[in-house]
Amino acid sequence: MHKLLASTYKEFLLLSRDIGGIAILFIMPLVLIVTITLIQDSTFKTVTDVTIPILVVDNDKDNVSTTILNGLKDSNAFEIITKSHETEAKDLVFKGKYQLAIVIPDGLTTGLQSKIDQNVEELLAKFSLEENTKKENTVIEQKEVRLYFDPATQLSFKSSVKNGIDKMISKIETQSIYQAFQEQISDDPSEKIFETDSFITFKEVLPENKQEDYIPNSVQHNVPAWTLFAIFFIIVPLSINIVKEKSQGTFVRLRTNPVSYATVLGGKTIIYLIVCLIQFILMLLVGVYLFPAIGLPTLDVSGRLPLLFIVAFFAGLAAIGLGLLLGTIAKTQEQSAPFGATLVVILAAMGGVWVPVFIMPKIMQTLSHISPMNWGLNAFYDVFLRNGTLLDLLPEIALLLLFFIITTGIAIIYNEKKNAV
Amino acid sequence: MITIEQVSKKYKGADMFSVSNLSLQIHDKEIFGLLGPNGAGKTTLISILCSLIKPTSGTFSINSLTYKQHKNQLKQLIGIVPQEYALYPTLTAFENLKYFGSMYGLKGKQLDEQINNSLEHLGLLKFAHKKIGTFSGGMKRRVNLIASILHNPKVLFLDEPTVGVDVQSKNVIIQYLQDLNQKGTTIIYTSHHLNEAENFCTRVAIIDHGKIITKGQPNKLITECDGAHNLEDVFLSLTGKALRDHA
Repeated sequence: MHKLLASTYKEFLLLSRDIGGIAILFIMPLVLIVTITLIQDSTFKTVTDVTIPILVVDNDKDNVSTTILNGLKDSNAFEIITKSHETEAKDLVFKGKYQLAIVIPDGLTTGLQSKIDQNVEELLAKFSLEENTKKENTVIEQKEVRLYFDPATQLSFKSSVKNGIDKMISKIETQSIYQAFQEQISDDPSEKIFETDSFITFKEVLPENKQEDYIPNSVQHNVPAWTLFAIFFIIVPLSINIVKEKSQGTFVRLRTNPVSYATVLGGKTIIYLIVCLIQFILMLLVGVYLFPAIGLPTLDVSGRLPLLFIVAFFAGLAAIGLGLLLGTIAKTQEQSAPFGATLVVILAAMGGVWVPVFIMPKIMQTLSHISPMNWGLNAFYDVFLRNGTLLDLLPEIALLLLFFIITTGIAIIYNEKKNAV
Repeated sequence: MITIEQVSKKYKGADMFSVSNLSLQIHDKEIFGLLGPNGAGKTTLISILCSLIKPTSGTFSINSLTYKQHKNQLKQLIGIVPQEYALYPTLTAFENLKYFGSMYGLKGKQLDEQINNSLEHLGLLKFAHKKIGTFSGGMKRRVNLIASILHNPKVLFLDEPTVGVDVQSKNVIIQYLQDLNQKGTTIIYTSHHLNEAENFCTRVAIIDHGKIITKGQPNKLITECDGAHNLEDVFLSLTGKALRDHA
């Protein structure tokens, strides 16, 4: 125990003397989490607060195009810039000046109206409600609303715009059909024959927190993911610390001392775990106090702190285990630093920090289960978003602990084998 | 007593043995010098005796103890002063020594006193709370030595303890080692300073190509070698004047 305490104190001294290192350890994760949350939050707001300038070429200039334009304006997502020529709009979008151009074809309103009238008349004739005998149908040309996207536009944005416009057009078509029936059936335009409001509605049911609906915001999603990412980055300085010991000769001296490698690693584990927890506290403080000050939603930690610290503790242990193993195996800092950083990025990607696991290909979904970041992220989500209890967290924290034990065990065995005399 | 029996070491990928079938006995309270040109196998032999590397074949024991059976006892019994400064540059001399002393199970006031006494003996007490990174080569060598003797080892291995230090530092180090030897510590040391070895060692072995080519008391070796006036003459006569560069 005395040797473990001495090792811990030595690690504390080494770390406390490296002011630059401390700054990087504590400030960079904060910069990371603020930057990412700001970016993610603005992405989240693209359909709500932030307006994206788009080009519209209105060749119809009638009811349908007016309805589309009003729909776009009402969404508060777009700033409408009108252009008169399709070629000009297309060039501007393809050069990346704008994200999107919508070209509404000439005669869309009259065409749609004619087509619907024709269909309604035909239908009513079949039911003999129409007095006229069968009329010769004229062929009405199909209309096409053309969308031009900047090639650099993300697929998710394209999909949401296409869905939005499709929904708007469907609504216009439905209302026009109702209107046509109304006109054919009743002579009184004020008489309301059809209820045009949607019959089927949907409601999102959220987890309850303290008997209230709990609405997660982008911060509740981002903070756990990026906090975990930052915690795992501890493997870079930790592995460098071990490699440095080997290169500066102190490790050679320790090997001749009556002290086990486990004790040496124990001192490092304690100090770096404290670093992880301090990082975590700082990130929570940023979420709770700084985020609202810079216009981001507040991180809600009420009633969750003990569970959050449990997750952070075990996630920190898992990260440290990996750092200890990497530092033990690596021979130079040139090996450990880039490998460690890349490994964290890979584990984060696999774990669902960037892209949710459920939209990954099957093979990656399977692989995500072996990423400790996935276990940590699920545990954080259990606490932040699913109102999980300690019991709900047990599988994930058990896996994180097991990961620490296995990686540290391999590091110790590897070291013993390598230096066996 | 240290007993080495037919110890050999061949590194992975090497063409030759660094230590080849080497047998030697070093008696208690001796100051034994391992001398030889670069690449002769001195550091390899010391590393084997300190359990830093595994011999390819052969056996050895220190005070009848072997690493296989008495690893921790042996580690408590020996001290090693490595060739490089095995210290933390951002810690002070006192912090370094306190840490390495703790690794031997030393603690509290006894350890503090031991550190201060050793620092005083080697002229470093006033620098005790300065960082090692600010020390000169000679000062680092002295702290490096203290870190290895805080637990009063019975056997002390020193790998070129005076390399790159000024005459004053060298003098202080040698004097201190002689004091330790007077108190009963067996000293095994390697050096390229043959004059220093001649005066300091009670017995030396000259090693070349991993084998002992001669051993004995320095004066006796000088007398036995035709035309030799000092240990350097003996050394050159036995190992030749060709350069021993290794890559």
